[in-house]
Amino acid sequence: MGWLLAKIFISLYLIIFVVAVFEDQVGKFDWRQQFVGEVRFALFDINSQASKKLLVATEKNIFASLNSRTGDLFWRHVDKTGPEGHIDMLLLYGQDALVVVGNGRILRSWETTIGGLNWETVLDTGSFQSAAFIGVQDQVKYVAVLKKSTISLHYISNGHQKWVENLPESDTVQYQIVYSGGSGQVLLLGVVPNSHIVMVEYKIEDGEIMKQKSVAAPWLTSLQSSCVVVGSGVLLCVDPMTQSMYTLLLQSEEQPKMSQILLQTLGLEVASGFQPVLISTQPHPTRPPLPEFFLQLGPDHHILLQFKDGLISPLRDFNPSHLVTFATTGEKTVAAVMTPKNDTACSINLYTADTGRRLLDTTIIYYMDPNGGRPTRLYVHAFLKKDDSVGYRVLVQNEDLVLSFLQQPGRVVWTREEALADVVTMEMVDLPLTGTQAELEGEFGKKADGLLAMVLKRLSSQLIVLQAWLGHLWKLFYDARKPRSQVKNDVTIETLSRDEFNLQKMMVMVTASGKLFGIDSKSGTILWKQYLENVKPNSVFKLMVQRTTAHFPHPPQCTLLIKDKDTGLGSLNVFNPIFGKKSHISVPALPRPVLQSLLLPLMDQDYAKVLLLVDDQYKVTAFPSTKNVLQQLQETASSIFFYLVDSSQGRLSGFHLRKDLSTELIWEVVIPTEMQKIVGVKGKRANEHVHSQGRVMGDRSVLYKYLNPNLLAVVTESTDSHQERSFVGIFLIDGVTGRIVHEAVQRKARGPVHFVHSENWVVYVYWNTKSRRNEFSVLELFEGMELYNSTVFSSLDRPHPPQVLQQSYIFPSPISTLEATLTEKGITSRHLLVGLPSGAILSLPKMFLDPRRPEVASEQSREENLIPYSPEIPIRTEWFINYNQTVSRVKGIYTAPSGLESTCLVVAYGLDIYQTRVYPSKQFDVLKDDYDYVLISSVLLGLFFATMISKRLAEVKLLNRAWR
Amino acid sequence: MAVARHLSFVVVILTTIIGFCTEIVNCNNGRRGDIVESDLAGMSVPIEHSFEVDDVPRFRLRGTVQVKPGRENVVSFSQMSLSDEDRSLLKDVAAVDGLYRVRVPRLSLQADRETDRQPDGHLSAFVRACSLVESHLSDVITLHTDVSGYLIGVSIVTVPGACQGAEVEDEVDLEVFNTTISIMPPVNAPSPETALYIERMEQEMDKKGKPQEQKSFFAKYWMYIVPLVLFLMMSGAQDQSGGGAGGGATSGGGR
Repeated sequence: MGWLLAKIFISLYLIIFVVAVFEDQVGKFDWRQQFVGEVRFALFDINSQASKKLLVATEKNIFASLNSRTGDLFWRHVDKTGPEGHIDMLLLYGQDALVVVGNGRILRSWETTIGGLNWETVLDTGSFQSAAFIGVQDQVKYVAVLKKSTISLHYISNGHQKWVENLPESDTVQYQIVYSGGSGQVLLLGVVPNSHIVMVEYKIEDGEIMKQKSVAAPWLTSLQSSCVVVGSGVLLCVDPMTQSMYTLLLQSEEQPKMSQILLQTLGLEVASGFQPVLISTQPHPTRPPLPEFFLQLGPDHHILLQFKDGLISPLRDFNPSHLVTFATTGEKTVAAVMTPKNDTACSINLYTADTGRRLLDTTIIYYMDPNGGRPTRLYVHAFLKKDDSVGYRVLVQNEDLVLSFLQQPGRVVWTREEALADVVTMEMVDLPLTGTQAELEGEFGKKADGLLAMVLKRLSSQLIVLQAWLGHLWKLFYDARKPRSQVKNDVTIETLSRDEFNLQKMMVMVTASGKLFGIDSKSGTILWKQYLENVKPNSVFKLMVQRTTAHFPHPPQCTLLIKDKDTGLGSLNVFNPIFGKKSHISVPALPRPVLQSLLLPLMDQDYAKVLLLVDDQYKVTAFPSTKNVLQQLQETASSIFFYLVDSSQGRLSGFHLRKDLSTELIWEVVIPTEMQKIVGVKGKRANEHVHSQGRVMGDRSVLYKYLNPNLLAVVTESTDSHQERSFVGIFLIDGVTGRIVHEAVQRKARGPVHFVHSENWVVYVYWNTKSRRNEFSVLELFEGMELYNSTVFSSLDRPHPPQVLQQSYIFPSPISTLEATLTEKGITSRHLLVGLPSGAILSLPKMFLDPRRPEVASEQSREENLIPYSPEIPIRTEWFINYNQTVSRVKGIYTAPSGLESTCLVVAYGLDIYQTRVYPSKQFDVLKDDYDYVLISSVLLGLFFATMISKRLAEVKLLNRAWR
Repeated sequence: MAVARHLSFVVVILTTIIGFCTEIVNCNNGRRGDIVESDLAGMSVPIEHSFEVDDVPRFRLRGTVQVKPGRENVVSFSQMSLSDEDRSLLKDVAAVDGLYRVRVPRLSLQADRETDRQPDGHLSAFVRACSLVESHLSDVITLHTDVSGYLIGVSIVTVPGACQGAEVEDEVDLEVFNTTISIMPPVNAPSPETALYIERMEQEMDKKGKPQEQKSFFAKYWMYIVPLVLFLMMSGAQDQSGGGAGGGATSGGGR
């Protein structure tokens, strides 16, 4: 009995789990890459050479630990986005890392080995200025946090506050530097711009003010940008106006005075228009900073100087030099200097800090990527070798956010492409045919040149195909002998070719920093990258595929429109999406701001789709603008319409193209901005296919869908945010005629609204302010039981308004992004892909969002497979397509059809990138892995022979009967 | 069909053939319909139209929509019939596949609002002039308002909407508009219907209705348990009595 129960239990348990991913399928069809973003602070664990820890804090508000041997993440903490999670400061002491977060809001201590939180304290309000360790007699016990009007001292061990003091005259004095030379005092330095410097000394024990002095400095505006502390308590400032340096002894007993040292006397000169920068180092918080420091005189000019006995003496001049930094190991401090070697390489050398002598055998050659940017930051991990000489590794960050970790003599240990932490838009492009296939295809494209030549060419290409096949067989045979794990599938640009079912594609990703990537969708390998210089930080990108890989001798072509958000001026960038090469096609100059861009289905003689750009004077520029294109445009001008949206005025307007490529306004809809503002406009995807024109009802009649390819879904939010009066508006507008097909208002609702517009439906998500929950709403449009014109759809000839059905549901989670699956022919049922803030991606069957779900199930609705209405949409854990591979801060989901009708390729991007496949209707067109070929073929063969034998027997029998 | 699938959302390839121009009449005896002045308490919205061969809009008054106060959906539309000049012009425009445009001023349909806001700009829409001619001037005009009753858009369609090049007899068919006019305020989108659902669930529960009170385990199976217990007790008692007897015997023996 008990055994039976156990059996039942186990089988039930298995049934529950079979719908999820099998363990052996993990990572087979999907991959995830995790990123951290642009590095602000990077610290190495300097305690031992063997340590692999590299701590980074980034602009994306992430604090992470990287393995410095491989570049992989040990752990990563993702804080809130925006200024609330901004990391102000990162300090490392022993195993503990102290982080100040959110403009001095929170002080945290992390255990760096496993990334656990030691403690966290909330600090008083006030904008953060500086933080430093306070050492007393070779021990570091406290950390001081300087804010605009207060200073507080905290224990490192538990975060408790030792004392907090208000700063004297904090409304006029800007306190910016906190300094402790390890001699048991906390010294604050503040400045009244263009007047004087203020020094305040606090007692560590109770925060009592010991001394307070002020020194006249009428030339000084900011301490942070032009002053550092060097040696044992010497404030050193540089003034670009008088080309001089000032020194100030902080701990002298008599009234301190700034002494001026002209740079000229040292034989130095600041490059014109350059703000000189001082770089000093304090190797250990309990000891004063070193007397040596760097002075940057120009963008590529640094000099190592020493302050000794009130005098400054130059140790070594580095001209040219890109980047300099100090590094300390044990008792030795070295200076690392990156100097340009030639156009493509830099060399990094170590110099002793105290003399400026170059250390032998410390050169690292850093080769720069010709398609990348210049190095911007240099972090050095120095260590003592067994023979007591100094060895080191460097971390270099480039303009295009590449992190490279190098070791002597120039081996790149790893690189990370941190630009991918901020993907803005992407497209998937089919891979080209193999070289041999292309060779065969190419024959048809070329002009015929004689019979014999053609025959020879055909023979030679067949020979190439044979050769390739033999090579493939040999490889198979060769690989079969090796264990499976050793067979490497290296993907390179050369071996790139389309697979049988077109499941492998090229992902073209555009990042906010202006770097483009070509990534193999199967493995996630970066195949090409290209850095576009001079891209403004807040640009808007639009990526379009002008020519696919289907037109063989012509290379595929992608066009990226980069638009400056402030001026609206745009520029075009044309490239080959497979190889990442910039195209030599001349692009039209765009002197005026671009309002709209549209990719027409027209093609020029080279099969490139025509791109129309509309500027702010409603003039149209065509690209490519060959004669052929212009002629085609003239012919079809009467059927080319476009729309513009001006959300600041709530104006939607439609235009019509004239034969002379001028435009005319034909319709106008204005949604008053006093009541509501337009937050989103979405059309349908151009590559979307709808297989069935209607839905078969329970009584065998057909309800036809309203499939208007020109329909726009416009979503507005009310300006009144009061919970009773706020609303979300949904307008369905025909983009050609400007006809408002449907207008609905969701009362007591507010954004952020996410919506998807596809086929004959619109799904949107909003926040219900009254019930305080997230809700889904679905709109479906039907023509009715009869089609008005079943052969073609024209917006100009569709007089009857569609029937609109709508239903709403409760969704038990907030959402980050929404997208619908897309398949080759549109036969497969649709799923909605919902990115949740938890990092999960939910594949929600569209069947649950169907306004025809009946209140009470009837015979007919059961026939139609409609689920009876229930107000809540369930979240089932087996619907999470990314099982435990969470995607942090998911920002967008991209879907692309594959060659298999059942399969849709999905890429989710945000901080991480996750690629997988989904099968909304299961894999109906694929045989299972464990399909029994042997059984089937043996049965077939058996039947075949049985028929043969029985036929023979029947013949014999007939013959015998005939003789009788 | 394959072409239609590839259309991007801003492009429609017209498949219809432009209608033929039949004849051009140029008469000057303008005949105008009377504008019925209805009660002034309601709002009135002037509708203007324009149809020009050179396609530069020159709007003229076509008619006025009267909205009954309070009830926005009750409207009356008074308009002029086309003059002979206009008729021939319309046919000319139809012949060159020009556009017939209409526009309304941006204003609020709620009377109290009209005073404090002057109309700024217009809302416009169009149909192909040929379809208007071929439909014998039968059109449907819809005025869309936002939640506060402010006009946001106008739409015009003709029934039927196609241009098939059908010949139109001049005088009779192109004189009077056969217009259906309506004002469309936004529809209230439904919220999740929890109350109904709960009600239905309760009904279902009731229907199944107290099928049997949850009897306790003992109440259900007492007829099996009691004999079993009795049997066990009996056998146990036998054992005990046997043991007791034995014990008694030994003790008796000891005595």
